[in-house]
Amino acid sequence: MDWFGWFKSKNVPTANTARDRLMMVVAIQRDQDGRRNATGEASAVSYLPQLREELLSVVRKYVLVPDSAVQVNLQRESGLEVLEMNITLPERED
Amino acid sequence: MAKIIVVTSGKGGVGKTTTSASFATGLAARGKRTVVIDFDVGLRNLDLIMGCERRVVFDFVNVIQGEANLRQALIKDKQNDKLCILAASQTRDKDALSQDGVERVLNELAKDFDYIVCDSPAGIERGAHLAMYFADEALVVTNPEVSSVRDSDRVLGLLASKTRLTELGNGRVKEHLVLTRYNPQRVEKGEMLSVQDVQDILAVPLLGVIPESQSVLTSSNSGSPVILDQTNDAGVAYDDLVARFLGEDRPHRFLDVQKKGFLSKLFGG
Ligand SMILES: Nc1ncnc2c1ncn2[C@@H]1O[C@H](COP(=O)(O)OP(=O)(O)OP(=O)(O)O)[C@@H](O)[C@H]1O
Ligand SMILES: [Mg+2]
Repeated sequence: MDWFGWFKSKNVPTANTARDRLMMVVAIQRDQDGRRNATGEASAVSYLPQLREELLSVVRKYVLVPDSAVQVNLQRESGLEVLEMNITLPERED
Repeated sequence: MAKIIVVTSGKGGVGKTTTSASFATGLAARGKRTVVIDFDVGLRNLDLIMGCERRVVFDFVNVIQGEANLRQALIKDKQNDKLCILAASQTRDKDALSQDGVERVLNELAKDFDYIVCDSPAGIERGAHLAMYFADEALVVTNPEVSSVRDSDRVLGLLASKTRLTELGNGRVKEHLVLTRYNPQRVEKGEMLSVQDVQDILAVPLLGVIPESQSVLTSSNSGSPVILDQTNDAGVAYDDLVARFLGEDRPHRFLDVQKKGFLSKLFGG
């Protein structure tokens, strides 16, 4: 066992993760209630679930993939918004 | 006109009752005629925090159901005659509070008091709904922790839609953020959401930050609201909060790690 790594991992700063996750759930929550988000604009992340759905259907035109194959994630780093997308293709059987 | 202020949070155990007790005590200490009502039917606790549990004869539900009048049910604070407490009932009947009944009691209290503070139960069910329904302003008590922040946001949604003010189109409930159990050390290490983070997420004006403090427990042990202990950070932070609520301009304190001086480091103070 990697004791050093184990000890270290207990002190990873996680506040930023909490912040990003909350930004997301609150934006969706507000969108669902028909409320405005923190900046007073229509929510920027509310389209993410739909974006994911549409990406998935595009990918499926070409490859057969499970629902979990497409992941989208919005991250905020020092004021910058980064939209991260991951498309996992199934392993080739050749 | 009396002002009705609800102390609410959604999530349980975040410090609503602690805040209600100190807030009401602080208002009364500044000469405001204040009554604080425990809306937590079945789980009465405010009386313990205020130190008047042995003087509860009649409660909120007794008054609503006409078994006692307000004069009989209001408990005068021992130290400040401007402050009264209305205890929650210990009945297990969840429907003991009716909207009409609550409204009647609030209207009657409004004749004699400047501030009516409603200590909400946790959750978003009937008790919590009625505690916020008639409010003019709301203290949204939040801990710097994911589930509490999300629940606070849910409550903000309800304040913006399920209250008398909004239903009648008479404006909206004025919201204040109260961040409690704040630990600057953990924030500095990046382990805890910062005041700024929570403000960014909830976008509600900040009324006060109450640090995590051991004196909250000792104060509750002796039934004396923590604001009465001005030798500790939480008590001072609550006093600032009340002053700010009444319009005073007070900078926020206890947001950063207090750097220990050479001597206190040496003696572990
Ligand atoms: N600033 C603080 N520092 C340390 N402990 C605190 C602080 N504020 C509250 N607590 C503790 O947290 C616990 C819950 O507080 P309190 O009863 O005020 O919460 P509540 O929101 O009213 O709970 P409920 O939802 O059950 O009504 C208590 O044990 C209290 O002593
Ligand atoms: Mg309580």
